[in-house]
Amino acid sequence: MFEKALKGNTNYRIWLAILGVFMAIGGLCYIHQFNTGLGTTGMGRDISWGLYISQFTFLVGVAAGGVMLVLPYYIHNYKAFGKITILGEFLAIAALLMCLMFIMADLGQPIRALNVMLHPTPHSMLFWDMIVLNGYLFLNILCGWVILTAERKGVKPPKWIYIFVYTSIPFAISIHTVTAMLYCGLPGRHFWLSAIIAPRFLASAFAAGPALIVFIALILKRVANFDAGKEALNKMVTIILYAALINAFFVGLEFFVGYYSNIPGHMHTLQYLFFGLEHHGHMYNNLVPFMWGFVVLCIGGIILLAIPYTRKQNEFTLGLGCLMIFIALWLDKGIGFVLGGFVPNPLHEIVEYTPSLNEIMITIGVWSTGFFILTILYKIAVGVEHEIEN
Amino acid sequence: MDKNRRNFLKVAGISTLAGLGAPAIVDRVISGKGEGEVFASGGAAGHHGAEPTEHHGEGNTESHKEEKTGTRYGMVIDTRQFNANPKLGVKCVDACHKMHNVPEFPKGDKNEIKWIWLTNHENAFPEHSQQFKDKDTADNKVLVTCNHCENPPCVRACPTKATFKNKDGIVMMDFHRCIGCRFCMAACPYGARSFNWLEPKTILPTPTNPDYPRRMRGVVEKCNFCADRLALGEKPACVAAAGHSGAMIFGDLNDPNSEIRKVLKENFTIQRKPSLGTNPSVFYIV
Ligand code: SF4
Ligand code: SF4
Ligand code: SF4
Repeated sequence: MFEKALKGNTNYRIWLAILGVFMAIGGLCYIHQFNTGLGTTGMGRDISWGLYISQFTFLVGVAAGGVMLVLPYYIHNYKAFGKITILGEFLAIAALLMCLMFIMADLGQPIRALNVMLHPTPHSMLFWDMIVLNGYLFLNILCGWVILTAERKGVKPPKWIYIFVYTSIPFAISIHTVTAMLYCGLPGRHFWLSAIIAPRFLASAFAAGPALIVFIALILKRVANFDAGKEALNKMVTIILYAALINAFFVGLEFFVGYYSNIPGHMHTLQYLFFGLEHHGHMYNNLVPFMWGFVVLCIGGIILLAIPYTRKQNEFTLGLGCLMIFIALWLDKGIGFVLGGFVPNPLHEIVEYTPSLNEIMITIGVWSTGFFILTILYKIAVGVEHEIEN
Repeated sequence: MDKNRRNFLKVAGISTLAGLGAPAIVDRVISGKGEGEVFASGGAAGHHGAEPTEHHGEGNTESHKEEKTGTRYGMVIDTRQFNANPKLGVKCVDACHKMHNVPEFPKGDKNEIKWIWLTNHENAFPEHSQQFKDKDTADNKVLVTCNHCENPPCVRACPTKATFKNKDGIVMMDFHRCIGCRFCMAACPYGARSFNWLEPKTILPTPTNPDYPRRMRGVVEKCNFCADRLALGEKPACVAAAGHSGAMIFGDLNDPNSEIRKVLKENFTIQRKPSLGTNPSVFYIV
């Protein structure tokens, strides 16, 4: 099926070429980081995780979001999702590969990465995260490929594949739950030490993943003549709306617990993220614009998706709404959640983090690689779709 | 499709069972049971679970009901002695960092590596009252280092056992196994761990102590209670630097006749962040 990825019109090639340029730049920057050390990033003793791990955390959610297509289609037999379920599965593959790349970019000794398997350590959540992430990646590659191949041949997928399809559903939940457990089980990091982190991660995942799929489906309709169908998109927007609202509700609950209880540890990070934290006469607030960006885009996106006209009559506003939700949740989880958790540090000092240019270029490089893979996978999926139609 | 559904129900049933079983397994592995000797805190974690309020707010090992067998090294830092002799703290830090070839960075540099350092009272003990400080605590600095916690969150978090708890209670690092994921740094509630963001040899071209290895880039390091000096029957370098001042006392917390237990019996001591249940082995006389 790979031959489908090779043929494409000029726009397709230009798009891949642009991504290729960023991939190359990212690769060069990574070589520099590999040779010099992680000192080339903005991370340091106090903010010991930066953009890489925050992107990883967000993308695990995007991968898990695909289950919002798989579940209705395979369990509730919701036929309208038939055409786009494959988009969810392929998005999961691309997102998971990005996750693994971000982890590798973040390791101080990437060559030793296999030590996680050579010395299995069940009391470490990172060990479990590795298992579920790789398991979910395997399941999606297997299910996506087998089902697409069967569709192409015009036969029903083999029965045994459904066992893997059903297994992938709890796996999708588990990848984001275990990723939340990386954070919410750490003593002394008050912002992360909250039982609501896992459900909040899931809610934001179930909004962000589908939002990206709807956005891409609208693009595919224009550039690749692939119509996901009005009903399917409309149902997904409903899922996005509810999930985004639940996420916003959870954020509100965090505010209530922090500010009503008035316990400083529970307020500090929220204060730092949304309003700026004053310490010894200095105002620390470099993440405030991002967090208000999250609030504004989230509300704006929800409004666009909730109003019948902007949602159903106008594809531009529908796409815009989905994009706004996606970016909002990226700001929330891909920036604020991880970086904010390190402020204040365990000794109640405040150190701010600014990523270095090298680090940003590596991050863009990984995203480009992910979209490169995604483009190729979608090209194949759409190609098969067209083949069946003819 | 009907058949598919039946298949699904079977699968769902099995995964639910697995889901119900998982917490028990996770519980077991978290408490370290079946982990062998390396993760010696296992029994202690279980003990904690049984009597959750045992150690909370207690600053003294006397609160342990059962006497522990085996060694548990610990340290008492007498801040009164350090207040009386302001130069002593720097001397201890230097002794440690020279002994262990810790590269020197400008103070506050993001790439800084610290095994032991001086900080304000409010930073060392952020959970204690800081409202009306007496002159001594307001003017003086406190030595902080790895606490060699009895229930170390860093050990729990490490995915490779590159950081592990020894039988003698020392939380150790294996620099050759560490993958540099820095999960332990996020997990340590005391900021005791440093990462080699850059090649240490470029910052410290000639080792200050040729007998101790320098680290490679990309691994985490921290105070190791001078495990190799202890093996030779010597005291940790910082304790030795404090000399006979009595400012630092080192010894076996599980030995009721040790000097450190005598000091703990005679003085009121506090630990850093006792509410987190880590049960630090470093005690402070304030
Ligand atoms: S102080 Fe930090 S590094 Fe040391 S044992 Fe405790 S948790 Fe681990
Ligand atoms: S950085 Fe090294 S010691 Fe720390 S958790 Fe990762 S592998 Fe373990
Ligand atoms: S015990 Fe040893 S390693 Fe730890 S701070 Fe003192 S001198 Fe340094």
